[in-house]
Amino acid sequence: MPKYLLLKHYRGAPTPLNEAPMDQWSPEEVDAHMAFMDEFGKRLEANGELVDAQALSPTGAWVSADAEGRTAVTDGPFAETKDLIAGWYVIDVDGWDRAVELATELSLAPGKDGKPIHEWLEVRPFYGAPTATD
Amino acid sequence: MSYAFDEATLRPLVPQVIGVLVRRGADFAAAEDAVQDALVEAWRTFGDGAADQPRDLKGWLVTVAWRRFIDTVRSETARQRRELAVDAEPEVGPTEDADDTLRVFFLCAHPALTPASAVALTLRAVGGLTTRQVAEAYLVPEATMAQRISRAKKTVSGQSLDQPGDLATVRRVLYLVFNEGYTGDVDLAAEAIRLTRQLATLAADPETDGLLALMLLHHARRPARTRADGTLVPLADQDRGLWDTALVEEGVAVLQSALACEQRGEFQLQAAVAALHADARRAEGTDWVQIVQWYDELLALTGSPVVRLNRAVAVGEADGARAGLAALADVDPDLPRHRAASAYLHEKAGEHAAAARLYAEAARLATNVAERTHLTKQAARLNRR
Repeated sequence: MPKYLLLKHYRGAPTPLNEAPMDQWSPEEVDAHMAFMDEFGKRLEANGELVDAQALSPTGAWVSADAEGRTAVTDGPFAETKDLIAGWYVIDVDGWDRAVELATELSLAPGKDGKPIHEWLEVRPFYGAPTATD
Repeated sequence: MSYAFDEATLRPLVPQVIGVLVRRGADFAAAEDAVQDALVEAWRTFGDGAADQPRDLKGWLVTVAWRRFIDTVRSETARQRRELAVDAEPEVGPTEDADDTLRVFFLCAHPALTPASAVALTLRAVGGLTTRQVAEAYLVPEATMAQRISRAKKTVSGQSLDQPGDLATVRRVLYLVFNEGYTGDVDLAAEAIRLTRQLATLAADPETDGLLALMLLHHARRPARTRADGTLVPLADQDRGLWDTALVEEGVAVLQSALACEQRGEFQLQAAVAALHADARRAEGTDWVQIVQWYDELLALTGSPVVRLNRAVAVGEADGARAGLAALADVDPDLPRHRAASAYLHEKAGEHAAAARLYAEAARLATNVAERTHLTKQAARLNRR
């Protein structure tokens, strides 16, 4: 079965239909969203489709070595980049169609005013190992 | 008579059996590996109830572990094409009954080890957990954890088991285990308490008792700290009826006898604060004035910025939000919980817009999802007013 990455973004994804920062929701709407996410993860696990799920903090920094090989760290939290990854699911499913189906479900997570957030998910196939018949 | 598999009996035997092998001449690293193999063998043999646990479980472990050790030495010796001169089963001498657990504690918390290595080695060699259990508890692959432990043992390979150790380093390791929280099958907080209890028995010391008291008092609140859906409940909102009163009573008793020794240490002082919280049947009944006094003493002893932050919040409760904010002005704003404390005190001072903004900032800086959600909801609550 092929593996896919469902990538969530804090920013950098297209603007969703129901965009509002979570602190502008009601506390009950936050609870409903978290309950949905929890249930989604449990269902993936129960289906035997979950490989890994992780959430990333929006803080952090970019690091590289400069010309002299010294550490260079740019100011966090990611002030200089457009894209900010929020977390991911790694799923192991029958194929592309199932991965897209699951991303669609995730996009319909409840948000402000009890309506779906219509979040954009980035779906990326993993490279697999060459098969015996390749 | 049959004996069901009893992990609680098995695990404390692990450091003792390591000690037996070392006294027979094995080096620590090889002894620890051999005992780990015997432990895995015990799980395989008795773990599913397929066979009854032997009456003399320690004797069984010593026999199996020693055989593993000999096999390893033989195969290594064969590789080196040298003759082997190790007795297969040495006479059982008087030292076989000595308990080397404290020495194993010291070696596993050796200052040359990184905290992550010391924690892993302690859980395996003193705690008697299998590599897989330790790996699952820390959410890393088993091979990674095996490597971490193997490298840790290389780091301490020159150290003999009978060197004097430092209780303070052991306490720090155990407190790290306690704070790791709860993931997977192994309850690390409960395991830290078990090991600290054991340490307190092996080495009479008020500060180790202070650590035990602190753990017991925190652990007592665990049933009230999260809701069924995993969301956090702050101390002031906890259902105090859910607190484990037996643990509170034990924690307070252990703390009182420790404080009576008049050798104050930071764990005793932190436990004193925890005991005052535990003592209040309702949040409004908390003796904040006394809590500030304990924080003053703790600050004088440690100079810790985190203590300074916690003290500012306590001052806010004892003397009002303005006094709390004034105390907070002296605290490093880069501390992880600074924004959350500031948000709390601003709300208490009636500055709701500033509090909401600070809670949202605190949420961005949170170090776990439960905390992030909690802080986001605080901001959401204030924004909806």
